[in-house]
Amino acid sequence: MTQSSILLECRDLWKIYGHAPETFLKAHGGAPRAEDLRAAQMIGAVQAANVQIARGEIFVIMGLSGSGKSTLVRCLSRLIQPTAGELIFDGEEILGKTDKQLIEIRRKRMGMVFQHFALLPHLTVLQNAAFPLEVQGMDRATREARAREVIELVGLKGRENYYPAQLSGGQQQRVGIARSLAVEPDLWFLDEPFSALDPLIRREMQDEFLRLQGMLKKTIVFITHDFDEAIRLADRIAVMHDGRIVQIATPEELVLNPADDYVAEFTRYIPRAKVLTLGAIMRPGAAAEDAAGELSVRDRIETVADRIERADGPFNLRDDAGALIGHVRRQEVIDVLVGRSIGA
Amino acid sequence: MMQADTDPQALKQTGPRRSVGDLLRSGWVFWGGLFVVTWALSTYAFDIYKLLDARWIVRFPAAWQPDFEGAISGFMDWLLEDASLFGIQFREMTRAVAAMIEAPYDVVIGVLVEGLVIGQGRDAVQLLPPLSWVAVVVSVVALGHYTKSWALATLTGACFIYLAIFGQWESAMVTLSSVLIAVPLAAGGGLLLGIGAYRVRWIDLAMRPILDLMQTVPVFAYLVPILFMFGFGPVSALVATVIYAMPPMIRVTIVALRGVPEELAELGRMVGCTPRQQMWKVLVPSAKPTIMVGVNQVIMLSLNMVIIASMIGAGGLGYDVLTALRRLDIGGGIEAGIAIVVLAIALDRLSQEYATRTVTRIAAQSQGGFLRRHRWSLSILAVIALTYLGGIIWPWIQSYPASAEISTSAFWTRAMEYINVTYFDTLDAIKTVILQWFMLPVRKFFTGIPWAWGLIAVTLIGLRVGGWRLGLLVFCLAGLIILAGLWTPAMMTVYLCGVSVAIASTIGIPLGIFAAGNPTSNRVVGAFIDTLQTLPSFVYLIPVVMLFRVGDFSAMIAIVAYALAPAVRYAAHGIRNIDPQIVEAGIVSGCTQGQLMRRIKLPMIVPELLLGLNQTIMLALSMLVITALVGTRDLGQDVYIALTKADTGQGIVVGLAVAFIAIIADRILAASAHRMRRRLGMEQ
Ligand SMILES: Nc1ncnc2c1ncn2[C@@H]1O[C@H](COP(=O)(O)OP(=O)(O)OP(=O)(O)O)[C@@H](O)[C@H]1O
Ligand SMILES: [Mg+2]
Repeated sequence: MTQSSILLECRDLWKIYGHAPETFLKAHGGAPRAEDLRAAQMIGAVQAANVQIARGEIFVIMGLSGSGKSTLVRCLSRLIQPTAGELIFDGEEILGKTDKQLIEIRRKRMGMVFQHFALLPHLTVLQNAAFPLEVQGMDRATREARAREVIELVGLKGRENYYPAQLSGGQQQRVGIARSLAVEPDLWFLDEPFSALDPLIRREMQDEFLRLQGMLKKTIVFITHDFDEAIRLADRIAVMHDGRIVQIATPEELVLNPADDYVAEFTRYIPRAKVLTLGAIMRPGAAAEDAAGELSVRDRIETVADRIERADGPFNLRDDAGALIGHVRRQEVIDVLVGRSIGA
Repeated sequence: MMQADTDPQALKQTGPRRSVGDLLRSGWVFWGGLFVVTWALSTYAFDIYKLLDARWIVRFPAAWQPDFEGAISGFMDWLLEDASLFGIQFREMTRAVAAMIEAPYDVVIGVLVEGLVIGQGRDAVQLLPPLSWVAVVVSVVALGHYTKSWALATLTGACFIYLAIFGQWESAMVTLSSVLIAVPLAAGGGLLLGIGAYRVRWIDLAMRPILDLMQTVPVFAYLVPILFMFGFGPVSALVATVIYAMPPMIRVTIVALRGVPEELAELGRMVGCTPRQQMWKVLVPSAKPTIMVGVNQVIMLSLNMVIIASMIGAGGLGYDVLTALRRLDIGGGIEAGIAIVVLAIALDRLSQEYATRTVTRIAAQSQGGFLRRHRWSLSILAVIALTYLGGIIWPWIQSYPASAEISTSAFWTRAMEYINVTYFDTLDAIKTVILQWFMLPVRKFFTGIPWAWGLIAVTLIGLRVGGWRLGLLVFCLAGLIILAGLWTPAMMTVYLCGVSVAIASTIGIPLGIFAAGNPTSNRVVGAFIDTLQTLPSFVYLIPVVMLFRVGDFSAMIAIVAYALAPAVRYAAHGIRNIDPQIVEAGIVSGCTQGQLMRRIKLPMIVPELLLGLNQTIMLALSMLVITALVGTRDLGQDVYIALTKADTGQGIVVGLAVAFIAIIADRILAASAHRMRRRLGMEQ
């Protein structure tokens, strides 16, 4: 990850709720401990957060309810003012920006999808989707044309003149997504966008989301408290606990090397095959006998398990550069599938 | 075990060492002692005064009274004669305001009542007639259908046809005109002020006490200065109506804006709204359903004001009722009173349904081409044109023919006479019993309290329920009332209000508990209460005066009818909001229905009941002044007299005295409710 590839970064970011938080933070040398916070009856909603988000990645923030996910994202989007810290967007410090400059940044470069959709009840689907453009003063024909495009993109063509109350939850969130895409943002925030939906619809929306991301390649900050959802979508996951980020890693690393018991608890009931790639269970070098085929080290076990299990021989594995670096046998895959502890 | 969890007595025991017994005992000692001393002084103060020959004991000496009234009158005179701001005379400002209100009012009156007239007095020539009654009826029918359904259209249409058939058309249109002017002014002004308070903290802080005061000051108190500034006429009436109807709109606006989901506000900022866009494109539209509830309230309050407003120059139905009341013309009063109710029902239903229009309906209406979308406005225009032409040939299209009008006045007069003759003994017996055994003793008790002890007693109560701040506030307010020499009428007010509130609570609380019992009873009681609240306050006076003639008893009944609603509402609300687990715990530990009610539900809803009581008192006080018309002898009467004499000083001083009583009651009850909630562990 080179420096220029980073779109958003925060350093030692704090958000404390309570009486005179700045003074409190200074009094404790900028790093109060949990006991200090408790004694002063302060809530450390976000504590000492350090995050770097690369262009084009899906960065998932995960944690239990009340762990500070929403607060962190609202600090990152400057919807709320952090108590302390640095926030750098596309190489520029934005904590010191004026309201006017911020409005400009938000209008053109950021989009957000909300947990409860946040659709304006008095506007139709079309008007809702066009709303961010309307606010910018774009003329009606242009903005509605653009709104129609994004509505079609999320599969709601034909419902432009419906009101939010006439749509199902899943459809409402599609409008929310369409609206956030209307301005073609560089940075796309999604705060538990699918939590309010039924499990089936949620799954469908996740697929939809992956399809969209496949086309659009946005930089995404995605919040969820659902680990299943996190590993389906994430390039990297930040796990939050009581306002602190306890680990930032790929799904696989989280499962293999949880930073503490809290993270381990999260990952315990996740089927390993869903998370691990072949790379995690491969043996080095090419297979001694005839290989049944070749796979990539980056393939998730779940997706290729069926093939490996039915083939007679081992599979050789190549890395991204195409070099042959290892192999897997049926036995290792079965070990993972039935949950036997893995030797790695 | 369960008992310990659910027993409210036990819940009270939050302090570390104080036992339940201690608390109760000290409470009994305080309240019991206070009552005994007050009663003794009230009964024997007169004898003590004779004994010591100290008249100051029962009457606050006139020599000690500062001349509040003179000072205020002087100030108002100065304001009107000499005051100026930025070189503009105050008098010119009031003239400008008057002109701004009068111009649109004249237009509406022209459209609905007088037609387009050129010239003055005898030379006046009518160029265009006003809207024909047919056109108006068709318009409200169309509005009803546009808003909701044919059912609503039928209702509103029927209401207006009623007005035509029963000969109330012209007065009703005058009243409607003032509503049409007052409502946009009050609603628009309230909206802007509400937005201001929402956005700017100091506006909020500055406005809160003013709103509190406005809620408690009786309308009559500001009628006098308005009369003084704008003169007798429709403008004064409109100004008073707007001032009266605006505060609830401000409150509703603030609540509505605060109630917009945080996510929507964030959305607005996230898409880069400027503060103005945030307000007008995100917050206000999202809050619109609640804001419309405020508009509905404004409409109802404006109608509530029509009779009072007619005292300072509004014409129309209110004026008809007022003159009928003054002449004791039973039939005429009821006729015009019913017309107000009919108008109120039509406007209430229309505005309420408009506020709760479903999106499907809105969606359906915004579909289709120009003709389809505007089919109603176009047909109304067509009807107006047709009736205008038709009216030239057939006058009955223009105005409903007098020969076809039905007057119910004689019927009402006869009906009332019949009831009076037939049931005279019964009615009189009821009245005598309640007066003799309840109202007169209470009155004797309150009016007997010597002012000095009264001051001490309310201060003690304030200290006990709300600490030294409340004690001080109560002391100052009561002291001012005494200084103004208004102690005796104030005690009359307290008596009449107290009696009415006691009766309203006795009826209202069981009714509320009954309503909360099951959905059916809830609907029935709810409808009943809604109706009571829709009726303008004056309407209660008419039949009561007819049956019981003037006096305290009639006033009491009218006040009870008017102030019943909050007692019912809060009791029902309290019962419904009890944590079901607490009730279940009671059932599990084997409580009977009676025990459940007495030991669990009632103690739990006491704070809610106190808030209901608070509202009941506020309504009772505002009604009290109106009942001055039926010859009570309290502060209300003094205000009324000040009004008829246009005595600004007296009007304001007495009005403030009523407000002070209201504030004292309000603060003491709010503090008690607060204490109670803390004891029940419902609040930190
Ligand atoms: N405006 C506020 N004032 C005081 N405390 C707040 C405020 N907003 C959030 N908090 C506190 O900060 C903590 C983190 O809240 P946050 O909403 O970020 O959690 P979350 O992880 O998004 O939870 P959820 O999954 O329920 O959305 C919580 O303890 C919350 O009570
Ligand atoms: Mg959240």
